[in-house]
Amino acid sequence: MFGLKNTSLFGDTKKLEREIDEFVDILSEVGLVFKSIIPTYLNHSANGKFEEMVDRVKEMESKADKITKEVEHTLYEETLIPDARSDVLRLLEHLDEVIGMYQGNCYHFSIQKPDFPKEFHQDLIELTDIVVRCVEALCLTVRSFFRGIQSVRDNAHKVTFYEKESDIKFSALARKIFDSNLSLDKKMHLRYFVEKIDRICDQAEDIADEIQIYSIKRSV
Amino acid sequence: MDIAIIIFLFGGLFLGWSLGANDAANVFGTAVGTRMIRFKTAAIVCSIFIILGAIISGAGTTETLGKLGSINALPGAFAACVAAGLSVYVMTKFGLPVSTTQAIVGAIVGWNIYTGSPTNMKVLIIILGTWVLCPIIAGLIAMFFYTLTKKFIHSSKLHILRLDAYTRAALVLAGAFGAYSLGANNIANVMGVFVPISPFTDVNIMNIFTFSSKEQLFLLGGIAISVGVFTYSKRVMFTIGNDLLKMSPIAAFIVVVSHSIVLFLFASQGISNFLQSINLPPIPLVPVSSSQAVVGGVIGIGLLKGGKEVRWSIAGKICLGWFTLPVIAAFMSFIILFILQNIFNLTVNI
Repeated sequence: MFGLKNTSLFGDTKKLEREIDEFVDILSEVGLVFKSIIPTYLNHSANGKFEEMVDRVKEMESKADKITKEVEHTLYEETLIPDARSDVLRLLEHLDEVIGMYQGNCYHFSIQKPDFPKEFHQDLIELTDIVVRCVEALCLTVRSFFRGIQSVRDNAHKVTFYEKESDIKFSALARKIFDSNLSLDKKMHLRYFVEKIDRICDQAEDIADEIQIYSIKRSV
Repeated sequence: MDIAIIIFLFGGLFLGWSLGANDAANVFGTAVGTRMIRFKTAAIVCSIFIILGAIISGAGTTETLGKLGSINALPGAFAACVAAGLSVYVMTKFGLPVSTTQAIVGAIVGWNIYTGSPTNMKVLIIILGTWVLCPIIAGLIAMFFYTLTKKFIHSSKLHILRLDAYTRAALVLAGAFGAYSLGANNIANVMGVFVPISPFTDVNIMNIFTFSSKEQLFLLGGIAISVGVFTYSKRVMFTIGNDLLKMSPIAAFIVVVSHSIVLFLFASQGISNFLQSINLPPIPLVPVSSSQAVVGGVIGIGLLKGGKEVRWSIAGKICLGWFTLPVIAAFMSFIILFILQNIFNLTVNI
């Protein structure tokens, strides 16, 4: 009665809360796996493990997709958070794109098998580390959007910081690649991978900016 | 019952209908407009609580209107209601947030002038004072609750979804309280002028309780308000929710609570008696404007946010309404009474 559907309303709310938390957990975990994938790839002796990790990322991506669809369905069917529904769905879709970018990177490494000379290994690992930290900061921003809007700004600021760090690292590594004695085709191939990893940070920063706007809209 | 009585009562019922059509939106407008609550839910809760408020707590404000001028003939009461209804309609056309309260007071004064009956100036001044106080108090209460709610939300770190669920429940509860207060405070506008000349008689129900003629009138008025809620308030609610007062659901909840407290304060015999018992001045039981209480609440929150969102033009229009509406209603009342007495040969004063 009264359209409140008390028990199911609070039941759905709890289920959705869990699903959104799980989604953010996946985003964070994919990052951590990605962080180990790059050194594993660079260490040619562990190729079997590398493919295993790529499959793991694929599984997590599918799970995240499923959650996004479920959340979308419930939000619309139960007309929950009508004022912020579209923002939340757009946010989840954009976060899903970040997971997709991680997965895309893994696939490209798996298919194209870029040959990074040893002198670039450390830089590539450091770039990956910054990217994963950036996405970790994004996860915190997302969590604060859902649970404590007043921390959104601080966490979003961290995302911006890591994005800048990533840009610096990317430029230095790209310069190093083009200054090397490799052939131009190889240089461009390696630059493509470095740029693709760095783009994850750009996407994270865009999302963090979005969240800041959503949180202004959500303020009481 | 004489057919003429029914026709005359229709004046009040029309006023009740327009009150329901317009003022229910003050209580549930944002909640329905932002789709936090379904219209059907809002209409049912609103109707039930308006009727309860009218029957249980509607006597105090009615008594005050009675002191202002006791209309003693049904055609006179009819004229006052029609004059009030028409003047509200005219002012609403000009986009002014006016109220039936101010219109009916003007119409009663118009009857007093036409019939040569004295107007109780002391009561009139008290009524005028409460009109000014109503949006100010609503604004102050809104500021208080806004600060409190903001602190609570920040410290509780509730998930956005859970906060949404609680907000919905709070909006229904606040709406129920608002509807009760609206019924209690504003029933006097609708049926007050008919009380001294009620065509009903007290009904004793199985020796358990007596359903007085006044309560029967209030029930009828409450039903008229409810009909207004069901038949016409939907579009007003969507206008309030989407265009006029763009607020977050939580801010809407605060505004409704502030509005309801003000309306309840000015209708509650119990609180007034309590204040007197501890040697404090009693609260005058006066019908106040629901729309203006809402605008007061919105301005209060706007001021706390730095004042940029405050639409001072609306505040100016409210002040304009305090003076113009009663004057227009008094003038219309005078004209309608003249027509009823001289063209239809009806007795407007005994």
